[in-house]
Amino acid sequence: MALLEIRNLHASVAGREILRGIDLVMEAGEVHAIMGPNGSGKSTLAQVLAGRDTYEVTEGEVLYDGKNLLELDPEERAREGVFMAFQYPVEIPGISNSYFLRAALNAVRKHRGLEELDPMDFLELAREKLKLLDMDPAFLNRAVNVGFSGGEKKRNEIFQMAVLEPRLAILDETDSGLDIDALKIVASGVNAMRSPERAILVVTHYQRLLNYIVPDRVHVLAGGRIVRSGDAALAQELEQSGYASLEAEVAA
Amino acid sequence: MPNPTQQPTPIEELVSQDYKWGFVTEVEADVVPKGLNEDIIRMISAKKHEPEFMLEWRLKAYRHWLTMEEPRWANVTYPPIDYQDIYYYAAPKSLASRPKSLDEVDPEILRTYEKLGIPLREQEILAGVAVDAVFDSVSVATTMKEKLAELGIIFCSFSEAVQEHPELVEKYLGTVVPYTDNFFAALNSAVFSDGSFCYVPKGVRCPVELSTYFRINAKDTGQFERTLIIADEGAWVSYLEGCTAPMRDSNQLHAAVVELIAHDNATIKYSTVQNWYPGDKEGKGGIYNFVTKRGKCLGVNSKISWTQVETGSAITWKYPSCLLIGDGSVGEFYSVAITNHYQQADTGTKMIHIGKNTRSTIVSKGISAGYGQNTYRGMVKIMKSAEGARNYSQCDSMLIGDKCGAHTVPYLEVRNSTAQIEHEASTSKIGEDQIFYCRQRGLSSEDAVSMIVHGFCKEVFRELPMEFAVEAQKLLGISLEGSVG
Repeated sequence: MALLEIRNLHASVAGREILRGIDLVMEAGEVHAIMGPNGSGKSTLAQVLAGRDTYEVTEGEVLYDGKNLLELDPEERAREGVFMAFQYPVEIPGISNSYFLRAALNAVRKHRGLEELDPMDFLELAREKLKLLDMDPAFLNRAVNVGFSGGEKKRNEIFQMAVLEPRLAILDETDSGLDIDALKIVASGVNAMRSPERAILVVTHYQRLLNYIVPDRVHVLAGGRIVRSGDAALAQELEQSGYASLEAEVAA
Repeated sequence: MPNPTQQPTPIEELVSQDYKWGFVTEVEADVVPKGLNEDIIRMISAKKHEPEFMLEWRLKAYRHWLTMEEPRWANVTYPPIDYQDIYYYAAPKSLASRPKSLDEVDPEILRTYEKLGIPLREQEILAGVAVDAVFDSVSVATTMKEKLAELGIIFCSFSEAVQEHPELVEKYLGTVVPYTDNFFAALNSAVFSDGSFCYVPKGVRCPVELSTYFRINAKDTGQFERTLIIADEGAWVSYLEGCTAPMRDSNQLHAAVVELIAHDNATIKYSTVQNWYPGDKEGKGGIYNFVTKRGKCLGVNSKISWTQVETGSAITWKYPSCLLIGDGSVGEFYSVAITNHYQQADTGTKMIHIGKNTRSTIVSKGISAGYGQNTYRGMVKIMKSAEGARNYSQCDSMLIGDKCGAHTVPYLEVRNSTAQIEHEASTSKIGEDQIFYCRQRGLSSEDAVSMIVHGFCKEVFRELPMEFAVEAQKLLGISLEGSVG
């Protein structure tokens, strides 16, 4: 059974249809990339999978591990192992990273019937994972994303993913706003998370990230539909030709 | 997900249950008739066996009150109050009308207590279970009182103080909040039924946090309390007021007066967690909390610090203030005020700088949800004599939803050019983005809101004594239940 199966997914925002029939199957252990020009619906797809209610699903279904994903609240999805790294991570003043993430981890662990971690055990785990992303432990005491640079915010997202160990990770334009050094660190963090039990969906505008996180499959989204799918070579090809030719194809 | 706005919050259920028990109708012999006149005041004073000076003071207050008009300047609206339709003195509820054990208490109420993490024994007391629980609390209070007495600390009910220490009461009563001060203070002065009294002698550091917790629950203190705390030279005291579980009150109007006096080098820390009945979610019922709280930093280098967490009451009208008279004295005000549903709060502080090098800090966090209206009203006044005075004010508002309101009304009056004043203000909206972010990490909406609000209030919470801070945080979560759908 596929870990994620999207069938004919339509979604709109404020009456405007953004996704117009997406079909996608991901097996555990796979890394897929969703590419496409601005406004093609990439981020919408990520948000719909995470359960953002600004988007209305008008047609189609999404099966996650055989369950109807669309029926679940965002927090239920998260507890079931769906993680989204945000394009724009949100600030929570006054709440430390470690407090926030421990609450999140314990919500997930509780759901899985595991014992909740106390602050000491959590700290041990968190320190281990911080190393993956070359982050200073002092970072745990800072308020969630407050005063973080763009690069720190993105690293923080991947750090959270490393702690929460999701089964399906969706990275929404994690590369945007990163310089090349930060990009490499983030990519190596993601690569360290690749595992036969986990599927990773990388949403990106640029091929650049895919030099470091090499996908098993690449899908090109345009006008709310997947217009082409291929292997990693497709990303290279797009880098040469750009999206314009594809958009012309869709318009035709 | 189910829409939590459809469910009444435990607090609402709790208090409506209280009314169901109908202890208002169960009033026994020891009650004075409805309404207010000089005879009623004489009757109250007589019931309390007060010395002549108390009665005279009450009558003067009453006569002055008659000449006053109810203030209308606050940003709150409510129907006119009929002052002749109120019982000004009600006896404690008879033991017979109380539930006999926790088995007789509504499970919903117990659920709320559990959420607040209140131990079973205290639950019994809060729920008003008769039998030994109440006696227990009395004995706890007594044990502590004996320990304190060894240090020369007087901590007792106001009535007791009037009997046992009339000279102290006469010396200090009304010296911070005179009966002429305002409409509600005058009313309180005329009819106050009881309250707390505390005197910490020279050089004594009170070793425990003093709390009204047990005593008030044991006695079902009425709605016109009066508190008087005096810290003599070099004394230190921390006082906790209120109760983190909903207190029962059969009446609508609550007009208390608190007076604090700090002599040379003395410190008084006064913390409040206020959780009176806020009314139902349509805005029906609830307590009008019209309270006058003021501290006088009389001595040099004295310090008075107010910390309040206001989550209850239909209307809150309250400005814990400091008169900074002694040179180098310090006033602080840390406040969290939450209004949900149709609650209204007009709260803030006054810092009056009179002495040289006086300093004040104001940190106010207002949270509005539902149709709640939250106004910060504060005054910083630097008198001519206050050479080198400093003030820092920070007023932050948070909005949850789009039907509530936040208002900030800072007054600033500076008559000495050496003063340094800083004022910062911000308004933020608790974002769908923030909530979604938390939910995507596995937290429920309510935990998300509670966490975000807690972060927002952190600077105030850390001023609270440890146990209070934990309870305040839980209470905050409960108060905001149903604020996001």
